[in-house]
Amino acid sequence: MARIELNNIAHSYLHNPKSEADYALKRIHYEWEDGGAYALLGPSGCGKTTLLNIISGLLIPSEGKVLFDGREMTQLPPEKRNIAQVFQFPVLYDTMSVFDNLAFPLRNRRVPAKEVTRRVQEVAEILELTPFLKYKAAGMTADAKQKISLGRGLVRSDVAAILFDEPLTVIDPHLKWLLRRKLKEIHDQLKLTLIYVTHDQVEAMTFAEKVMVMYEGELVQIGTPQELFETPQHKFVGYFIGSPGMNFLNCTLDGNVARVDGAGIRLADETAALGAKAKGKLELGIRPMYLEVQTRKTEGAVPAQVRLVEDQGAYKIITLEMAGAILRAKLGEDKPVPEKEAWLGFPREKIRLFADERLIR
Amino acid sequence: MEKWASNKAWFLVLPVFVIVAFSAILPLMTVVNYSVQDIFGPGQSVFVGTEFFKQVLADSRLHEALLRQFLFSALVLLIEIPLGVLIALAMPRKGVWVSACLVTLALPLLIPWNVIGTIWIIFTRPDIGLLGSTINHLGLAFDHTASPMDAWVTVMLMEVWHWTPLVVLLAYAGLRSIPEAYYQAAKIDGASSWAIFRYIQLPKMRGVLTIAVLLRFMDSFLIYAEPFVLTGGGPGNATTFLSIYLVKIALGQFDLGPAAAFSIIYFLIILLFSFIFYQALQNVGKGGRS
Repeated sequence: MARIELNNIAHSYLHNPKSEADYALKRIHYEWEDGGAYALLGPSGCGKTTLLNIISGLLIPSEGKVLFDGREMTQLPPEKRNIAQVFQFPVLYDTMSVFDNLAFPLRNRRVPAKEVTRRVQEVAEILELTPFLKYKAAGMTADAKQKISLGRGLVRSDVAAILFDEPLTVIDPHLKWLLRRKLKEIHDQLKLTLIYVTHDQVEAMTFAEKVMVMYEGELVQIGTPQELFETPQHKFVGYFIGSPGMNFLNCTLDGNVARVDGAGIRLADETAALGAKAKGKLELGIRPMYLEVQTRKTEGAVPAQVRLVEDQGAYKIITLEMAGAILRAKLGEDKPVPEKEAWLGFPREKIRLFADERLIR
Repeated sequence: MEKWASNKAWFLVLPVFVIVAFSAILPLMTVVNYSVQDIFGPGQSVFVGTEFFKQVLADSRLHEALLRQFLFSALVLLIEIPLGVLIALAMPRKGVWVSACLVTLALPLLIPWNVIGTIWIIFTRPDIGLLGSTINHLGLAFDHTASPMDAWVTVMLMEVWHWTPLVVLLAYAGLRSIPEAYYQAAKIDGASSWAIFRYIQLPKMRGVLTIAVLLRFMDSFLIYAEPFVLTGGGPGNATTFLSIYLVKIALGQFDLGPAAAFSIIYFLIILLFSFIFYQALQNVGKGGRS
């Protein structure tokens, strides 16, 4: 078991990083609780894998410290750390049997043969690989291969945390679901710290207790799926989480009314007060599911033109043009659908205000 | 069958048939023709059956050449394959030195084969050759034109210098195609460098090494130009390999019948051994339950 602590970590793949932009990771400072299930979410190239490799020791960070349970680990090689990592593509030793694959990390550490057999059988039991132990690893299916990769991590009794680097990329959709459930089971059973990298938000939301969103080398928000949805700390989180993502409108403040190209949207008093103090470019954000779409003119609602209606089954996604901006609204199937004209209501408590892409309130 | 409806497709493969027929099948059939008939001139020939084959198989000088040839090919494989893999492992994986290494390695492969022979004649001359005179100055008598042992050493050195780069290039390509994640996983699994070689690199190089072994076997078994230029098959018959002997029979003595019979046997030996090597390399490490 281990509490993983990253102390002001920054990393650049260049020898002499000059500007902020040269860093793949910028100022990561965080502590992973022992036994937690975390998802690391972000687009390709945002530094997720770099962060993971720093924790596992495959990379030594340019700046900062890595601590496990308060012990400094920054310079230790991966085999000296009690961390296992599962990669995007299953990594197997093709010429070995499934048993030998699972036994490999133990044999390398000179664990006695009896103990090896016991551990391998235990892990095979958990992963439902027992009937295949004598098979050649190369002939197994993709999901079984990924289970073997995971098993090589689980088999070491000292392992405190397992890092997953988009492990379900090559797995068929229906097996993905099974494997994800298996992971949750293992987490509940073994109480290991799990850090799961993905760019699939559904995967992140279902897997983890806490989701960490990364963007351009920074951890922009850490929170429960609910928090990420309701109060995105960064414009990117609003846009990345939820389908479709949050709507953003450039705005200026006029008392407690936000002006969007002539149209006025009433804000909550507190929001307006904080907005008046904030510096930088102001933007108003609202989730598509909170936009109130009316078919008739209503008090306080802003007129908009309907551009597109997409039927998604249980709900419809309506693309609207309002004051020169494009908005998307999510409409339940029981709601009336406007044909050409619509009036949009912005519920005050659901409006979020951003200054220079960061949440004010 | 209805499949014949798309007969036109045959026209598309026809050029290949024609090329293969003219470059391989027709010459081979000509050789077969010569091997079973004694041909004196156009229209004058006598069918002799297997007589030429019997004659060739009883030729003790051919037996010697065959043994020499097997010894040579065995040494080539035993030296060049491990050496090639070792050099490939030692080569840098990125940076400017990669191109420098690759170009240096490729140079011997780009030199015409008879020029290779000439280079080594000069290089190993006891009087003026850089290698030859150096060895002689060290107090060792070295002369590949006089001593069979020296001739063999020279031919082997030349062969290793000439063809190991091919094995290196193939092995290097195989190594480069291994995804980084394998090395990372192995590090986390605590694998030693030997274990990484044995369980990751070697299995992943199986394909390219199969090709390397086949190419090196076939080429070394057919070797002609370089030893012909360097030693001419001598001293005595010490470096008379099969192809050199074959040319002696066919063009030196103009015994086209026995030479043709010999060619067919030669061809079958290469075919057989290539098949054995291919099967063995495809199955090594794949045994066991699956």
